[in-house]
Amino acid sequence: MVISIISGKGGTGKTTVAVNLAAFFAENSQIPQDQSLLLMDCDVEEPNAALFLNPSFDLNESVNQPIPIFDEQICIHCGHCADVCQYHAIAVTHEKVIFFPELCHACGSCTLECPEQAITEIPDEVGVMQHGWVGTIEFVHGKLNIGHASPVPIIRYMKAKYLQPEKSSSRLVIIDASPGVTCPVVASLQDSDFALLVTEPTPFGLHDLRQAYQLVHAELHIPAAVVINKCDLGDQGVENFCKSENIPVIMRIPFKREYAVSYSKGKLLILEHPELRFEFSKLADYLNRQQWQDQQP
Amino acid sequence: MKQLVVLSGKGGSGKTTVCASLAHLASQNHPVALVDADVDAANLALLLSVSGQQKKPYFGGSLAQIIQERCTDCGICMQVCRFSAVKNQDNRMYSIDPINCEGCAACFYQCPSHAIEMVEQQSGTWHRAETQFGVFFDAHLYPGQENSGRLVTHIVQQARDEANMQELPLVFVDGPPGIGCPVIAACTNANIALLVAEPTITGLHDLKRIYATVKHFGITAFAIINKADINSDFVQRIKSFCVNNNIELLAELPFDEIVVKAMLAGKTLIDFTPRSLISQQLRFAWDKLQGFLLT
Repeated sequence: MVISIISGKGGTGKTTVAVNLAAFFAENSQIPQDQSLLLMDCDVEEPNAALFLNPSFDLNESVNQPIPIFDEQICIHCGHCADVCQYHAIAVTHEKVIFFPELCHACGSCTLECPEQAITEIPDEVGVMQHGWVGTIEFVHGKLNIGHASPVPIIRYMKAKYLQPEKSSSRLVIIDASPGVTCPVVASLQDSDFALLVTEPTPFGLHDLRQAYQLVHAELHIPAAVVINKCDLGDQGVENFCKSENIPVIMRIPFKREYAVSYSKGKLLILEHPELRFEFSKLADYLNRQQWQDQQP
Repeated sequence: MKQLVVLSGKGGSGKTTVCASLAHLASQNHPVALVDADVDAANLALLLSVSGQQKKPYFGGSLAQIIQERCTDCGICMQVCRFSAVKNQDNRMYSIDPINCEGCAACFYQCPSHAIEMVEQQSGTWHRAETQFGVFFDAHLYPGQENSGRLVTHIVQQARDEANMQELPLVFVDGPPGIGCPVIAACTNANIALLVAEPTITGLHDLKRIYATVKHFGITAFAIINKADINSDFVQRIKSFCVNNNIELLAELPFDEIVVKAMLAGKTLIDFTPRSLISQQLRFAWDKLQGFLLT
């Protein structure tokens, strides 16, 4: 079962929920011996899960995408490549071709279309992917190279490599996504069985939760439930919204300064504050029931 | 005219809260232009008194569609598509998956039967409005859409054009989290990046990456530490990082539940709680910052 954790708004507690949930499952031996839990941090712009889990990495791979190079000896400067590029990544003058790699989507269209075959492709590193282990938890994350625009190729690469459909059905996979509701979050959410929407009970939290819910419910048709973090710091807007849309709220974490302090130090909340284990056990039970329901004919 | 962009790397550090208060302080001398560049999750309007909003459609790209009557099932579209957007049901009918399609038009150009058309999509809306601090531009990119950077570029340029026209001295851009394309778009033409950092293990990690990003684009960085009393060890570490990288630290804002109360009231901190320590620190930060911005 693949569970993706999204929010819309940044800083609501996605990574906190992801790492503590993974730790809870691992600690409580809820994972069958031959099916390790996989935690995949898909927030490759700012990957934070590793800061709490300190994985031992055994693989560090470059993630590349093909970008065009233009042979000025063969090029006749007709400008057709610039015409076909939908992203304005190419400009052509009488004398030279100017390429903007930060705008390139690596689609290959210019290479196919060049009438003189003056364009070839070379690999350009977008970022890196790292794989490792935290005890029985398999851990994967990616890091976008500074100055590169799109995290999507790294997210797709990680998922293609580590999410095998036939294995995923009984294996538990937790995906920690980035904030927002557009293409990087879509790439993280795709083919997920369930979405956890982590929010805070404030006007900002509610506004962005509506976007996140629209994404999972109306666009991607993924069942979802809500976790409210800092649940006593705000108003009833989020609870009322969830009630009116019939979205289950399965965990509420109160705001406590000591939780914020533990978080700031990179500690796991369920280890530092055992009272939170009860909240995470409710979440784990709910997800286990979801998985059982999914597997029913 | 100078442009300030408020960034953090880390989500939830306080960019919007800080940006709204600084814009409030700046507007006490002269109206400003404001932009909410977090087009996925635009929250700045919730702290402003917005009036006269004009909503305009935004067309961010196209999606491929197969004209079935012309399709000969050759499958070339599927061969050239790099985004797994061409589906083939039962080896019979080819179709385009609109979620995966990135609108690159490779299939359109390669189809030997001209059986593919590119259909422009409305991917969101952008808005111009008046606020108590000056003209305001924000946008709503529909969930699941792409190319957020292009929409950010559009509204930032709208704000700059209007600021030039009205002779406004400052454009404030409330940036999105992360370091990717919408952040890069928000940074374009910025004179100063104000990095809002929280003193946590994740806050410092993310600060380093957003600083590397603004440095990559040649933008001078300043910093503010928010929720400073949560962890004094990380406050020191952020201070050291700033010193080592010549980033001027403008202020340390205490954690205060009044931030949530001001948000519930739909007001900036300067408006809601002018005499609190957090507002004093924001005024202190603005006094220092405006010296750099307005020279």
